[in-house]
Amino acid sequence: MIPKVELALNAAGRMVPAMVNGRPQIPYIGVGKYQPRARKAASPVRTAASYPENGDKRIADLETALRKCGLRDGMVISSHHHLRDGDSVALMALQTAARMGVKDLMWFPSASFPSQKDAISLMESGTIHHIEGSMNGPLGDYCTQGKMRGMGVLRSHGGRWQAIQDGEVHIDVAVVAAPTADSFGNADGTHGKSACGLLGFALADSIYADQVIVVTDNLVPFPCIPSQIQGNNVDFVVQVDSIGDPTRIVSGTTQITRSPDRLRIAEFVARFLREAGIMRNGFSFQAGSGGIALAFVEYLKNMMLEGGVKARFVRGGSTKYLVELLEKGLTDYILDGQTFDLDAVRSLAKDPRHVATSPFTSYNYHGKGNFASMVDAVVLGATEVDVKFNGNVVTHSDGRLLHGIGGWQNCLAAGCTILAVPSFRDRIPAIVDEVTTLTGPGELIDVVVTERGIAINPSRQDLLDAVKGSRLPIRPIQDIKAEVERICGGKPAKPTLSERPVAVVKWVDGTVLDTVWQVS
Amino acid sequence: MSKATEAKAMRVGAAGHWGENIRSDTHVWIEPRERGLVDIVLESRVKPYYGEAILAQARQVLSALRVEHAQVVIHDEGALPFVVSARIEAAAKRAGFGEGLKALPEKIVIAEASPRDRLRRSRLYLPGGEPKYFINAALHGPDAVILDLEDSVHSAEKDAARILVRNALRAVDFGACERMVRINQLPLGLDDLEEVIPESPDLILIPKVERPEQVIEVTQRIRQIRTKHGVDREIWLIPILESALGIENAFKIASASSQVVALTIGLEDYTADLGAPKTALGAESLFARQRLVNAARAAGVQVNDSVYSDVGDMEGLRVWGLNSKAMGFEGMGCVHPLQIPVIHEAFAPTKAEIERALKIVAAFNEAQQKGLAVVSLGSKMIDPPVVQRALKLISRAQSMGLVAGSLVAGNT
Repeated sequence: MIPKVELALNAAGRMVPAMVNGRPQIPYIGVGKYQPRARKAASPVRTAASYPENGDKRIADLETALRKCGLRDGMVISSHHHLRDGDSVALMALQTAARMGVKDLMWFPSASFPSQKDAISLMESGTIHHIEGSMNGPLGDYCTQGKMRGMGVLRSHGGRWQAIQDGEVHIDVAVVAAPTADSFGNADGTHGKSACGLLGFALADSIYADQVIVVTDNLVPFPCIPSQIQGNNVDFVVQVDSIGDPTRIVSGTTQITRSPDRLRIAEFVARFLREAGIMRNGFSFQAGSGGIALAFVEYLKNMMLEGGVKARFVRGGSTKYLVELLEKGLTDYILDGQTFDLDAVRSLAKDPRHVATSPFTSYNYHGKGNFASMVDAVVLGATEVDVKFNGNVVTHSDGRLLHGIGGWQNCLAAGCTILAVPSFRDRIPAIVDEVTTLTGPGELIDVVVTERGIAINPSRQDLLDAVKGSRLPIRPIQDIKAEVERICGGKPAKPTLSERPVAVVKWVDGTVLDTVWQVS
Repeated sequence: MSKATEAKAMRVGAAGHWGENIRSDTHVWIEPRERGLVDIVLESRVKPYYGEAILAQARQVLSALRVEHAQVVIHDEGALPFVVSARIEAAAKRAGFGEGLKALPEKIVIAEASPRDRLRRSRLYLPGGEPKYFINAALHGPDAVILDLEDSVHSAEKDAARILVRNALRAVDFGACERMVRINQLPLGLDDLEEVIPESPDLILIPKVERPEQVIEVTQRIRQIRTKHGVDREIWLIPILESALGIENAFKIASASSQVVALTIGLEDYTADLGAPKTALGAESLFARQRLVNAARAAGVQVNDSVYSDVGDMEGLRVWGLNSKAMGFEGMGCVHPLQIPVIHEAFAPTKAEIERALKIVAAFNEAQQKGLAVVSLGSKMIDPPVVQRALKLISRAQSMGLVAGSLVAGNT
C-alpha cells in the first residue's frame, strides 16, 4: 500500500503529494510559470549491425519478443489506446509478462478502457505494481478505493509526451499495436482489418523507449506506405491473428444526440461562435466526439453555409461530420489526433487534406509551441465547473475516478475555450461552488454553455462585449448555479474523502495540479 | 374504526420506477406495520449528495400523511424533490394511508394567468407518469405544456400520475408556458379535477368530447372546486373532439361554456371511429378538420390541429403545419420538443402577410389622424374587420419576434 506521504499546497490552493511513486514532484505554480532547465531524454544509441540487413525484424511471438527485450521485475511497459475499447494487445502483453513470472511492472498506457478491467487481477497477482494513465470504470474504482500499490498519475495526451520527453517516465518496453506494418517495423493505422486511423499516441514511445515491439495482424511487404511509426525505431515485429475487436475499435457511424436539452446546448455553442465573431473566414475550431460536440458541428456547418464562411482548419478527433465539412469545402484541412468512425478512417486514408498529427505537434507543452494554442475555439465537456470557471473531467462529484484527461487540458490553450455541459445530470449539479478535482484552471476556461444559459468568464470582457445585444441567454455563472440548486433541492453535500492520496492530476508542464483522494 | 378493520384496509403499497435505465424517478415501497416506528431504507444514485435530504423529505411527507408504523424502502434514481414526495404519497395511499390528506411540495411563483386569446401555436405533451421530461420542457419554448393524465398513463397508474402532476403544477417552473392538463375521459376525469384544480392550471383539455353536456359538467365541477379552494385564476377549457359524433356537435360543444377558448381534434381516435386508415396527407379527416375550424370560428374561439406523431419526419411535419395554417388552424400539438420550432415556423405569418398588414395598419392610422371614417389602401376600401385582423396579425408577429416592436408600438 501507499506509504504516508508529505503534502504541499500548490498555487491553485490544492494539497498535493511532494513525492509520487518515488519521484519528487513540483507543485503547480501557475499557468506558464514553470521553466524547466534540462535536456530531453533519449533512447540508447543502437547500431545497424545489431539488426538484420534485410530489415526483417519478425520474431516468433510476443513472449519471445518480451524476453529478447529483457523484460524484468519493476520495468515500465507502455501501450496505446488507438484501438480504444477494442484493443487486445495491451492485455496480451501484460498477461504474457504474467506467464513469464515478471512482477511489479508499471503499466503506462496512453489511456485505459473498460475492456481492460482484467488488469485488476494482474495488479492483485503482483504482475502490475501500478498504472500511470487514465483509469475509469472498474479500474478507476480499484484505484480510488486505495487498492493499487502505487499512486495513479493522470496526464493529458500532451502531458504524456512531455513526461516521456523530459525523462519523468522512462519506458523500458513499448508495445505498439499496428493495424498494418512491414517486417522492418514501419507501422500505420489507416489500413487493415483493424484499421483505427492514427497511431500518434504511440509515437513518443517509439522514439524514447529502450525497446519497441510492433504487433500487427496485417503484415505487408516492405515498404508499409503510408506509415506513422518509423521502423528505424523498432526492435521487433510480431505477427498475430488479431490485434482487437473491430466493432469496438471504431463505431460504424457516430450518432448525434437526439436529446432536446443537449441539442439546445449544441445550438447555443454554435450561435455563440457566430455572434462573438469567432466564426469567420479562415477560423479554426476543435470539438470532441460526444453527442453535444457532434450536434454542435452540424449546427455550425449550417451557419457556415448560410454565412458563406470557410475554416482554414478543424482539429479532430474526427468523425463523419468533420469529414463532411472537408468534402463540402467548408474547411481546408482536418488536423487529426484520433479517428472515431469508419468514414473518418476512410477519409484519413485517401484524402491528403485530412492530416495525421501526434501529441507532439498538437499538444506537447514542452516544445517550441503546439497546434492547440493556435485553434480559435474549442468545445469540450466536463463533469463539473465551479463559479471560478475551474473544470473537472477526471472524477465524479463523489470523488471516484471517471475519465482520463485526454487532450482536454491541452485544448484549454485555444483562443476561446468553451465547456458545453448540462447544468445538472439527474439530480447532480454540474455547476458547483468548487470542483471536486481541479483538472483545468478557470483562467483558461472562457465560456460555460448549459441548457439554462451561457456564462462568460468575467476576465473575458472582449467576449462579453462581442455578444452584447445578441439574443443569446448570457447569465452570470452564479445565477445558473443558484437556479440549479433550487431545482435540485439545495446544495449537494460534499463527499467524505480520506486524507490518503491515490492519484495525482498533472498539469501540462508536469507539475502537480491536484490530488485524487481515497474514497471511504 | 376498530383496530381489526384498520389493519385489514392496510396492504403493501408501491409507486414509481427504478432500475438501470430509469432516470430522474424514484420507487417507493411501503409496508404498514402494527407497531414500531417508521423505518426507512434508502438506496440512491445521488446518495452522497442528497441522501440526507431525501431521508428528511421522506420523514416529512410520511408524517404529513400520518404514516406512523411502517417499513419504507426507497430506490432513487436521482428524482427531483417534487417527484420524491409524489412517489412517497402515491405509495402511502396505495398502502391505505393518508386518505384525504396531501403532502404538498413548496409552491413556486407562477407566471401571470393566461389571457383567453393568447398565442397557442404549440402545446407540448408531457406523459404524466414520466417526470424526467417535466423540468426542462419550458426551455424549448412551446406556447403551452400539457401534463397528460389520459392516453400516456397506464390505467393502473392514474392515481400516481395525478399526484405527480399536481406536484409539478406547484413546484416546476414552466416559465412563460401556459400550464395545461389533459384529464381522463369522464367520469374518471372528474377525479383528476379534484387533485389538479386547486393548483391553478391555466387550462384543462377534455378528451373525447361528443356532447355539450360533458363540457358543462366539467365547467360546473371546476367552479365548485375553485370555490372550495379559493382559486381565483381563470381556468380555460379546450374540448378535444375525437369521434364522428363529436365533430357533428362541434359548434354546440364550442358554445357550451364561456370557459372554452379553443377546439381541437384527436385524429387517431377520429380515424378509428370512421374506420378509415390515417394517411400522411389526411384526406380522410379533411371534412372533420374543416368542420372544426368553421364551428370554432362560429363560436368565436380558437382552433388547433392534432399532433403529428412521426417525430423523425420534420419535413412531413412542416408540410402538415403549413396545410393546417392554410385551413385556418392556429396551432398544433407536439409530441417532441424538436417539433416546436418547425411548428412555430409553419404557423408564423409570411413576410407578404406581415407587409400587407403593416400597410393596412398604416392606412388605418393615417385615416384616424385625419379624422376619416373610411380607411382606404390605394383604391381599395378597407373594412373594420380587416383592420382588426391586420392588428392582430402584427401583434402575433411581434410576439413571435418577426416584427420589431418599435415599428408598430406607437400605432397599436
